[in-house]
Amino acid sequence: MQKKRKLGRGVAVVGAGMSKFGMFKNKDSKDLFAEAFREMLESVDKGFDPNDIDALYLGNFSNDFFMHQGHWGPIISDLIGLAPKPATRTEGACASSALAFREGVFAIASGFYDIVLVGGVEEMSKRTTEEVAEGLALAEVPYEARVGFTFPGVFGALATAYFAKYGANREHLMNVTIKSHSNARLNPKAQFPYSIKDMMNLKIESAKKKGKPLPHWEDEKAFLRDPNANPVVAWPMLLYDCCPISDGGACMLLVGEEIAKNFTDDPLYVIGIGQGSGKGLHAAKDLTTMEATKNAADEAYGMSGLKPSDIQFSEVHDCFSIAELIHIEDLGFFKPGEGYKAVAEGLTKRDGPMPINTSGGLKCKGHPVGATGIGQLFEVWKQLRGEAGERQVPKKDLRIGAAHNLGGTGGTCTFTILERR
Amino acid sequence: MEERPFSDISYEQYLKEEKLMGSRCKKCGALFVPPRSICIKCYSSEMEWVEMKGDGRLHAFTCITVAPPFMIEQGYDRKHPYCAGVVDLEEGVKVDARIEGVDATKPEEITIGMPLKVTFLHWGEGENQETFLAFQPV
Repeated sequence: MQKKRKLGRGVAVVGAGMSKFGMFKNKDSKDLFAEAFREMLESVDKGFDPNDIDALYLGNFSNDFFMHQGHWGPIISDLIGLAPKPATRTEGACASSALAFREGVFAIASGFYDIVLVGGVEEMSKRTTEEVAEGLALAEVPYEARVGFTFPGVFGALATAYFAKYGANREHLMNVTIKSHSNARLNPKAQFPYSIKDMMNLKIESAKKKGKPLPHWEDEKAFLRDPNANPVVAWPMLLYDCCPISDGGACMLLVGEEIAKNFTDDPLYVIGIGQGSGKGLHAAKDLTTMEATKNAADEAYGMSGLKPSDIQFSEVHDCFSIAELIHIEDLGFFKPGEGYKAVAEGLTKRDGPMPINTSGGLKCKGHPVGATGIGQLFEVWKQLRGEAGERQVPKKDLRIGAAHNLGGTGGTCTFTILERR
Repeated sequence: MEERPFSDISYEQYLKEEKLMGSRCKKCGALFVPPRSICIKCYSSEMEWVEMKGDGRLHAFTCITVAPPFMIEQGYDRKHPYCAGVVDLEEGVKVDARIEGVDATKPEEITIGMPLKVTFLHWGEGENQETFLAFQPV
């Protein structure tokens, strides 16, 4: 059992903003962060003076590689008029901004700061798919990249191990994809706000316009089985198992618990926060589970005093469909080997007992890696405050939501639990 | 065994010499491939080199069509996928390796648990020559 940890001072979220995620030719990292920042300002119910922000923690994985520009802390700090106040960049691959959130929480909990902006940004779409594959492989364990493992490749390997151990197959992965797409349809900020049926109709429309023979699929699974519609990226990860290449920004305003009501009558409280590190494929005991996620979950459950069954909904890092299955088990929502059955039974649907990735997940909402951690918490903010519109979780008394963020091939994982009181 | 540092650089040098080498802790016997200079079981730094026999079984794999630039250079692309995997060595540790001698366009025919034997892929010439660890079906 983990030592029970607690914050030295309570911390609350009082504002949040997120840009639309997608591939943008005419928007750069600064434009996307500005979009998120403006929404965050408007989201603070009682308003506040941005000059009161004490510091910025910013997650960014590798604009260095993607944009040939590093040192994003001060660039973003200047963008929003915070300079000369301190700006610190955090890097944990795809979990970079969940680390920014954590550092922001610790800075306030320590008593050093009262009002902290945490955020993340990434701009990936100006590179080719192959270059992005190379860029993301920078976050692997060196031995993996060396023998040609890409990111989808690592998760493909995890899937073959999961299939062999539990008897699941590709059809089960399709259930994850279909569910994510049906949620994203209701999320206007998603990169692909389309159900799989919508995607099928779009393909038919496009064939019509081009005067090509019209494709036909019996149902969503037939579409996902069609190698023309859903080609292999890294078997058994097909195109629709993989998150897209995305640009985006997100941010949140954190304050000391005792001043939260100066900002809003409806703050969210940080009641559990956990992080863990992983080792890479060759050193992991079991490829169907991630030690980093388990450590993060233990820390967060220990701090909050909650059990997995107390979490009412969660964003779960689904960079690849198999990742969602592995993590809903590691986070304790389902028993080991039961995750794929739970998804098949619809238990993780938006109106099911344990809604997972109501935002559409990384698969459909998009995955601008450095912005993803806060982007997930943005969904928790929207849901807990009852502001998720059409995709609002239809549960009475929605009080506790969580977000799980993963970096690299499991090298860095976080789990964060927020509460509405 | 010779006095090479227990490092990734030494590991790569040994691969060029067609040897798959690991380090074993002299205090507690823990085995690490690739080698570690610090035993993470007992924190001793007294290590010795051991050569792996090169026999193993496929633990997990993937067949990659969207390849990074350095693999494209080696002739792989969307039409010519390659296989990478995790191999359980007979000695009780796992390694990441290329999987050769299988048809990466037919992943359904590649089976977890299949017996494999080590092989070494040399790429490039002279000083720029690199060696990649690989396994192929027995």
